[in-house]
Amino acid sequence: MSVSATLIPGRRLQPQYLLACLACVFAVWMIISPEVQAQAPVDVYDFETTEQEQRFRQLSNDFRCPMCQNANLSSSPGGVAADLRREIYRMIMEGMSDEEIEAFMLQRYGDFILYRPRLTLQTVLLWFGPILFLLAGVWIARNITRSSGGRAETTDETERETAVTLSAEEKARLSRLLNDQPDADNPTNRS
Amino acid sequence: MKNLKLFLPVIVFAVLAVFMWRGLYLDSRTLPSMLIDRELPNFELRTLEPGDQLATVEDLPDEPFILNIWGSYCLPCLQENPIFMAAREQNLVPIIGVNYKDTDDAAREWLDINGNPFTLNIVDDTGRYGIDLGVYGAPETFIVDANGFIRYKHIGTIDYRAWQDEIMPVVRQLQSENQVAGS
Repeated sequence: MSVSATLIPGRRLQPQYLLACLACVFAVWMIISPEVQAQAPVDVYDFETTEQEQRFRQLSNDFRCPMCQNANLSSSPGGVAADLRREIYRMIMEGMSDEEIEAFMLQRYGDFILYRPRLTLQTVLLWFGPILFLLAGVWIARNITRSSGGRAETTDETERETAVTLSAEEKARLSRLLNDQPDADNPTNRS
Repeated sequence: MKNLKLFLPVIVFAVLAVFMWRGLYLDSRTLPSMLIDRELPNFELRTLEPGDQLATVEDLPDEPFILNIWGSYCLPCLQENPIFMAAREQNLVPIIGVNYKDTDDAAREWLDINGNPFTLNIVDDTGRYGIDLGVYGAPETFIVDANGFIRYKHIGTIDYRAWQDEIMPVVRQLQSENQVAGS
């Protein structure tokens, strides 16, 4: 939409449109690319099946590195992350299930290790907070549009009086002003 | 009702301010340990000195002791060393070292240069035992009671203040518990 705006001659490109477009593109990019992250360190592990390899990838993506706290195990170069990846590999090759591996991690590092926090009493706000804020936003937006839309047909005494006391002359002057013409009644006000 | 609406921004501000003020003082770098009041995980690891003997939890003191995760590469460990040395000289509490993800040669050299405060040093060169302890980097320090239960964990450097205000009170508490149980 911003592109077409630039193509129309004489119409200036509004910076807020451009900004909004950029924000949209960024938001979509964040949503559709699941791995917006630093280049993962390279481990050389041999798997017997592709299923094992997939599980390894999945698990090391789902666990959080306890040392470099804003990275998962697969993207963290930290020493303990490499150790934990090695442990995940060992447990997969020993035939442990995903649940058993998660229990192993939880027992040692606690809920912190999970990048997708479990739904507990402590994390309720974390999970449902965004929905709460969205609902609050919708409510506020509705209130604002309703109150501004309702002003035209307001029954408020003072506002109706103002509307009525505009004489025909004043209305004409108002429409002149709105059309951006010089005010004939007030020649000094030309700037 | 209208007045309440007027104050809504102030209320929102106040709520946010309380949360953010609290957030300023939350320390996200130190994880709460899962192992408090749990038994020290078993191990079978080499000792650093006198040589390549194997040690297990059976070889640990049967009185309260400190278990310190350290490495020769770890700068904060160098800071802790004089405090531990003083504790050893005064015979305050046994300190067990876990040489974490290090090489034996570098570790022995480090002890030669800086002094050895440890009554026993076990070698965890792969970091496998560290995982059992929920360790994510040296230095980390555990206080273990006479029954082999972990009772306290300190993450990061132990400076003189942490030693006086955190470590020693717990150690004394456990030592007096142990004396009551022994008598």
